[in-house]
Amino acid sequence: MSTGLGVEDLSFGYRGRIVGGPVSFAVAPGEVLCLLGPNGGGKTTLFKTVLGLLAPLAGQILLDGADTAGWNPRRRAQAIGYVPQSGAGQFPFTVHEMVLMGRTAHRGTFAAPSAADHDAADKALETLGIAALGERDWLRLSGGERQLALVARALAQEPRLLILDEPTANLDFGNQLRVLEQVRGLAAGGLAVLFSTHHPEQAFACATQVALLKDGALARIGTPNATITAETMQLLYGTEVDIVSVGAAMKACVPRAWREAR
Amino acid sequence: MRAAPVLAGALILLFAAVLVALAVGAYPVTPAMLASLLWAKLRFLPDSSTAAATVIFAIRGPRILGAILVGAALASAGAAYQGLFRNPLVSPDILGVSSGAALGAVLGIFLALPVAGIEAAAFAGGLVAVIFVYGVAAAIRGRDPVLVLVLSGVVIGSLMGSGVALMKFLADPENQLPAITFWLLGSLAAFNRSDFLPIAVPVALALLPLILLRWQLDVMTLGDEEATALGVRVRLVRISIVAAATLMTAAAVSVSGIVGWVGLVVPHIARLIVGPSFARLLPMAALLGAAYLLLVDTAARTLGTIELPLGVLTAVIGTPVFLVLLARGRRGWN
Repeated sequence: MSTGLGVEDLSFGYRGRIVGGPVSFAVAPGEVLCLLGPNGGGKTTLFKTVLGLLAPLAGQILLDGADTAGWNPRRRAQAIGYVPQSGAGQFPFTVHEMVLMGRTAHRGTFAAPSAADHDAADKALETLGIAALGERDWLRLSGGERQLALVARALAQEPRLLILDEPTANLDFGNQLRVLEQVRGLAAGGLAVLFSTHHPEQAFACATQVALLKDGALARIGTPNATITAETMQLLYGTEVDIVSVGAAMKACVPRAWREAR
Repeated sequence: MRAAPVLAGALILLFAAVLVALAVGAYPVTPAMLASLLWAKLRFLPDSSTAAATVIFAIRGPRILGAILVGAALASAGAAYQGLFRNPLVSPDILGVSSGAALGAVLGIFLALPVAGIEAAAFAGGLVAVIFVYGVAAAIRGRDPVLVLVLSGVVIGSLMGSGVALMKFLADPENQLPAITFWLLGSLAAFNRSDFLPIAVPVALALLPLILLRWQLDVMTLGDEEATALGVRVRLVRISIVAAATLMTAAAVSVSGIVGWVGLVVPHIARLIVGPSFARLLPMAALLGAAYLLLVDTAARTLGTIELPLGVLTAVIGTPVFLVLLARGRRGWN
């Protein structure tokens, strides 16, 4: 039995409108799959389908070998942690209360959070190094603090799979690095991680696999080194780039037009 | 802020409001007289037949209970709607629930239904209104959702209002019209012992799901997708909460008429004090709503030489508060 996430021949979209597929990929525990693709390529729809917010149009989504079709929201939430692009909270919950909501799937529908739930929330905040934010007002957090708190909330779910939808969108450079550092650390702790981004460098920084999604189909999938090339970036974004090496293991994408303009 | 001492404070405020409401009025009761009458009641002595005892136990007592129930119901319903619709500006009146319930109740009065029938009609009217408003707001996407929800509430509310006007036009001007008009202004003057159970039972029934689902409702404030991803069955929770809050509103409206603004202003103040978590917000809103409406009702029957309509007073207080909230804008929901 394969562990982690297995997506097999999945077609995804809305009722009566196929957005993409069939796609197949797998993310084992400890692995980070980075999903790259242009806007409107189907990344968010694919994520929503894996999360169970949209029903698959065809194919299967397996978690630790078990088909997730027919799972109720509680069972999914126990297995899959979700970090949305930006939290939609509109009320002044404290950060601790917000992270505590990650425990919802682990207790009865009518039950109040237990001491163990509070501890799990505190632990998640500590893991992300933001324990000091616990009593802060959610609405008064900066974008970076909010994103880290959302990762903490997903962590409090104690999931086996973590899904992050463009976790670094709207973040400044320093906060992007902090969030990615956490993503890498969580995978090292045994989580399977699936995230999307618009920055190919982030794949080099923390992904074990890269999947390129264009027009709803997986154009390529493989290691960052093999997958992110001048040719595939041209295919994906329609622009010419050079992939330059920085040190032994790191690479960066530099648009050719920028270099020629100088 | 710690919740327990604050809730205890609200309970003391409510208790003090009850004592004031028992003592003041057209027939003033001195504190000493009030104390001895209450002490006798606590020892289960038979009520004395003095005028003071009659005023306190037969007239003011039931009306006080009515104000407490109506205030607590409207404020709890408002707190629930605000969380569910993720919008601190909604309330039973703004969502059109109150006017829908009023149309149902007026129809019930017009058809000379018994109290339970009026209540059922009010519930149906309120439910129809909230489904309409939410449906319209959901259909109009891509605009400011707060604005759309509030505007569709106003539109549906005015439609319901014209239905009420039609009923007034058709009503018998000798008997039914004065009753309908007086009732629409919002009043507890006619509240008596026989009105107690018809409102207490539905309010208690509706409180149950709100209490049971209090933690789920917190997650619902994040929106459907996030709540689902966190393990909440959003459809089931939404239906339960809407039904409960609408039932409460309808029960309140069917005995007191339209008493506006309580469901908007009180949950706001409660949220300022105890924060947005529904497990603390619900009891705080209920206690404050009860104390607030009791004080306003007491003012309504003591300020002037004739009794002022309750709904008029709550509107005079509520309108400026609503405008301040609107002016403070989206980011200030705390």
